[in-house]
Amino acid sequence: MTLLRIALKSARFRRTSLLLTVFTIAISVTLLLGVDKIRKESKSSLLNTVSQTDLIVGARSSPTNLLLYSVFRIGKATNNVSWETYESIAAKDEVAWTIPISLGDSHRGFRVMGTTSDYFDFYRYGSAKPLVLDSGSRFDGVYDTVLGADVANDLGYELGDEIIISHGLVSADFADHDDKPFTVVGILDKTGTPVDRTVHISLAGIEAIHVDWQGGARSNVTLNAEQALQLDLTPTSITAFMVGLENRAQTFQVQRQINDFPDEPMSAILPGATLAEFWRTISTIEQILFVISGFVLVVGLLGMLTTILSTLNERRREIAVLRAIGARATHVVMLIVLETLLVVTAGCVAGVGMLYGLLAIARPIVARRTGVDLALTWLDPTQLGIMAAVILGAMLVALVPGLIAYRRSIQDGLALKV
Amino acid sequence: MTEDDQAVLSLDGVRFRWPGQAADIVDINELQLEAGDHLFVRGASGSGKTTLLNLLAGVHTPSSGTIRLLGTDLGALSASRRDQFRADHIGVVFQQFNLLPYLTTIENVTLSCAFSTRKKARATESNDVATTARRLLRALNLDDEFHSAPVNKLSVGQQQRVAVARALIGGPEILIADEPTSALDADNRDRFLELLFQEVEAQGCTLIFVSHDPQLAERFTRTLELRTNAGTR
Repeated sequence: MTLLRIALKSARFRRTSLLLTVFTIAISVTLLLGVDKIRKESKSSLLNTVSQTDLIVGARSSPTNLLLYSVFRIGKATNNVSWETYESIAAKDEVAWTIPISLGDSHRGFRVMGTTSDYFDFYRYGSAKPLVLDSGSRFDGVYDTVLGADVANDLGYELGDEIIISHGLVSADFADHDDKPFTVVGILDKTGTPVDRTVHISLAGIEAIHVDWQGGARSNVTLNAEQALQLDLTPTSITAFMVGLENRAQTFQVQRQINDFPDEPMSAILPGATLAEFWRTISTIEQILFVISGFVLVVGLLGMLTTILSTLNERRREIAVLRAIGARATHVVMLIVLETLLVVTAGCVAGVGMLYGLLAIARPIVARRTGVDLALTWLDPTQLGIMAAVILGAMLVALVPGLIAYRRSIQDGLALKV
Repeated sequence: MTEDDQAVLSLDGVRFRWPGQAADIVDINELQLEAGDHLFVRGASGSGKTTLLNLLAGVHTPSSGTIRLLGTDLGALSASRRDQFRADHIGVVFQQFNLLPYLTTIENVTLSCAFSTRKKARATESNDVATTARRLLRALNLDDEFHSAPVNKLSVGQQQRVAVARALIGGPEILIADEPTSALDADNRDRFLELLFQEVEAQGCTLIFVSHDPQLAERFTRTLELRTNAGTR
């Protein structure tokens, strides 16, 4: 206790150089914890893109590819799933609900997704959060559309606006479905998932804009919007569908049934597992970042070592005085280690303070840009572990000047070489 | 050896040399001090004065021979026990820079009690530590205005008196002073010695005083002359 008081007062006496060291440590700690925070938030945001869905089914392809186009709207499906197959699987006893997905069109860079109103009932993201309409209603008519938050925001759409859907994924004038405009009837709340960047229309709508198209181009017979409505707009195929089961325990059984479906080659994936696998492939970058911040910390600790070593000479007298009073050689080591502990603890506290300060500033910006909520949660065990490792590492580092001071104090004895 | 038990200090065939040195830097066949003795250790620089003090304070152990303080054989104690022995029974005053610059005068004095429960117990017999420290400082002619001041505001003479107060608080049996007056002018030196003797006598403390200045010797009851034959350091 006394030793701590001495260490505190001694450190205060030399505060300028020590404060700089504290600042260095603080920056490294902020960086290390910040990278860890970003990594976790992006991971949870990715893993939370879709939840409560037991299986995603599409034409046979790699799980990652299926996941990418069905959930993230990245890339293209290799093939479609026929409507009959979809209906036969949807009718299974084990299946509680399905959400059909029909992709392939776009609107000014945003993907268009055909689905049914089951989408609004059953789609869940994050911790089982449902989709909520910010304004308007679900689509009802064939030419109704519900926009994701980013689509409405970026393109400045409001309820009642008319939009033209382009054929294919690249907007080109010649491939616009300009004869069949859609009306914005609803705008969704921000979710922080690809839903925000999606234009939702009904499956019938998808059918309607394609009735007079053949093989990616307009056919000779053109039907206007009204005429199209007279036709049977049941789709012949869809891109993929999401499945919710009555009983989770049956997931693997149903997955096998779908994978072995005799009439059509299909793949059924577990979104959670595939997302986790996908995360592993892209998390390397974050790991590299983490390693780099680890090195920054090592540099910070070495800087601290340099500072403490350089003060040893001017502290020689101080140590001899303490020895004369009766301080043991081990007290000398402890004094140095205590000082290091003070510096590093102060650095950690300052670092955490800086982290939360930055998070508080960045939070609204990040939420607006990405929909990711950087929750100001208390440090989790990993982060506390990181700090414990920092402090422990620093104390190990401090043993170097500590032992040097120890050896010197033995050699010097009570003699004060001025 | 029974009569030695009465002695505060007894040296028997004490020799010391650093590893690799050709000759002994300290070589004292016999020395005994009774309680209240004032020993003047005289020797030119390089005569092993400081080494002797380090031996007496238990920082170093002799290459051969025994050193007994208050009946305890220092050589038989571990390094940390010797440190504790020093904390409990010995006060030390250096030539200069005795004080920790980041502590006030009072804090410097009471610091001695931080490493010794014995000193602390004796310093708090009638008062708290700070009051005892103030009383000592006043006795050494340091007025209250200096007590809470940072020590670098004090003159060298004042600093040396603070060092004496620190060395004497808690009533150690032995006070070791290593050239405590060499940084003082003649006036200050005499006043310092006056006060030092006054307090040492008041406490019945055995004083071991090292100096190269032969003029001071007459004030002491005993004198030890160190030869410079070994003087390579």
